[in-house]
Amino acid sequence: MNKEKWLFEITPKNNLFDLNLKEVWQYRDLLVLFVKRDVVTLYKQTVLGPLWYLIQPLLTSVIYTVIFNNVAGIETPGMPSFLFNLAGVTSWNYFKECLTGTADTFKKNQNIFGKVYFPRIIMPLSVVVSNLVKFGIQLLIFICFYIYYVSTGWIIAPNKFIILLPLLILLMAFFGLGLGMIISSMVTKYRDLSFLVTFGVSLLMYISLVNLPYSKFEEKGVTYLVDYNPMAHLIEMSRFMLIGQGNFTIDNLIYVTCFSIVVLVIGILIFNKTEKSFIDTI
Amino acid sequence: MDEHIILKIENVSKQYRLGILGTGTISHDLNKWWHRIRGKQDPYLKIGESNDRASKGNSEYVWALKEINFQVKKGEVLGIIGKNGAGKSTLLKILSKVTGPTTGTIKYNGRIASLLEVGTGFHPEMTGRENIFLNGAILGMTKKEINTKIDEIISFSGCERYIDTPVKRYSSGMTVRLAFAVAAHLEPDILIVDEVLAVGDAEFQKKAIGKMQDISGTDGRTVLFVSHNMAAVKSLCTRGVVLNNGQSVFEGSSDDAIEFYKNNNGLNFIGNQGIFDSSRQDIGNNDVKLLQVACSDSKGRIRSNYFHDESITVKITLNILKRIENSRFALIVKTLSDDIVFVSSSFDITNTSISKGVITLSVKIPGSLLNNSNYIIAVSGAIPGKRYFFETTNCLNIKVESMENKGFGFNEKWPGTVHPVLNWTVK
Repeated sequence: MNKEKWLFEITPKNNLFDLNLKEVWQYRDLLVLFVKRDVVTLYKQTVLGPLWYLIQPLLTSVIYTVIFNNVAGIETPGMPSFLFNLAGVTSWNYFKECLTGTADTFKKNQNIFGKVYFPRIIMPLSVVVSNLVKFGIQLLIFICFYIYYVSTGWIIAPNKFIILLPLLILLMAFFGLGLGMIISSMVTKYRDLSFLVTFGVSLLMYISLVNLPYSKFEEKGVTYLVDYNPMAHLIEMSRFMLIGQGNFTIDNLIYVTCFSIVVLVIGILIFNKTEKSFIDTI
Repeated sequence: MDEHIILKIENVSKQYRLGILGTGTISHDLNKWWHRIRGKQDPYLKIGESNDRASKGNSEYVWALKEINFQVKKGEVLGIIGKNGAGKSTLLKILSKVTGPTTGTIKYNGRIASLLEVGTGFHPEMTGRENIFLNGAILGMTKKEINTKIDEIISFSGCERYIDTPVKRYSSGMTVRLAFAVAAHLEPDILIVDEVLAVGDAEFQKKAIGKMQDISGTDGRTVLFVSHNMAAVKSLCTRGVVLNNGQSVFEGSSDDAIEFYKNNNGLNFIGNQGIFDSSRQDIGNNDVKLLQVACSDSKGRIRSNYFHDESITVKITLNILKRIENSRFALIVKTLSDDIVFVSSSFDITNTSISKGVITLSVKIPGSLLNNSNYIIAVSGAIPGKRYFFETTNCLNIKVESMENKGFGFNEKWPGTVHPVLNWTVK
């Protein structure tokens, strides 16, 4: 055997771009099992069980409808306010769960990470995938309400761009995952960030067109609040695809796509660098 | 290079930062980063002290491991021993890729799997069967692999009856059995085991040790075993490495390594100079307390080192609190690997009644009996068949060394636990 020929090597610092995707692929079964674990065990020993998947977005949408549309009198032209909110909340929830679920990856899993090695990225990936299951259920609920409103005489229809919806969901996942991985890597040393995430996310929601239409921002001349926010574009576009209302331009889609991918790549690189020795600093 | 070498550890060091992470962290990080972009060496790598837990150091940085080098051959069971904080777990963590080394490299062929703590990733709400799959996947098995072994795993764990019950209903012993069963069927090329045998009942421990021997013996896989249990290390390992304060201080056969470890830091003697004072430790019961055990030479000088031909007088001082009858006190001489060389009983002189007060029993170990080696002196006291007053596992450590070369050109150790001078005749 050649003296230099070793199959594996453990070295102090890994190359920034040494992502070891082959290894991630080898552990794909683990990803599936983690997703299964998350989905199955989340509501164990609760009375309502998986119904909670539905209660959360519905109640949130009801509250938004009452507060923003009925009390504050914000109008959602051409569509029922409840459906407008439900569409926003469903998409926003997916992004939010991806972000908050991955932002504490290292902290939450330090026990298991401290004992066994597997590609750490499996953990945030499993969060994103298991949230997808949740998102699917919530999307079904949205469709039920959609059918209900159509049957009561509303003229709302999805448009041909609905075929791009999976892409939008993917971009939301990328954006949430990328941001979450950046934060989770930095939280290992600086815990301050975990506080920032919790209220930062709730603040971001107000400028992400979840419960306020774009026209409202135009009216007050503060469109700059949403114009650069990729999440606002993502929500607006998803709503446009689902109920045919909102702004959609190819430019926006390209902007959001580039933005999400850049965030994801930065996230993966930082995460990859952190995973090697975070256990010493956490 | 030997082609059988499966794992090679080269100059591996690991530095840790002590104290809490606070505002200083950012300034150190920035300083490190500033050095790095200028192409200079990390300024904090130069400082750092060896990792002695007990002494308070000056530096914020310590080396948990410092320049560890060793190789492991295929099929070998390597025991890693050392005090708490010697760096054993850090080394295993680096080997199992949980954390990276600060400097140095580790090269290996094949899959490394660790049992750093069994049951990692068990989810209490999931059933035993589901957890086998999850745990197996965490340890690096594919679903297909687990499927082919699932029956074997379940029967090895001995938890058939509970296998479809959530793990939160399991006893802690059962959880460990199940977890070990999964890990034992992992079939890695290099298996890392850390203190798993501390849990589980005797039957299961035996099973676990047997499985580990199978893994190394029959299947030809390599095992790295970390334990404080010298008996387990002795029975399992073929070779041993002793770590002390982050440095590898000994490497050799497991028996030698255990002996080295015990010689140097394994035993916590109160009086290491030939006297064991137990007056503050309260050894004994309401009838008899052990006060002191001392070894002295023929002139009454208390010593711990003896020449081969010198006799050793062991004095056992007792405080008799109640009048006792038919008692028996014993001197136990053991090797460092806990094998008893001999036991000598005082029954002949203590079978009558002994009245209240402090007494000293003396017993003489004749010269030219023990070998050139280290021995443990332990004592016990009892009323035979009724109850023990006290029983110690070790009181004193004595060393016997040869004074002259009897037939040897150099000072060599004779084999055997004793080396008596016997009467030889020739006609």
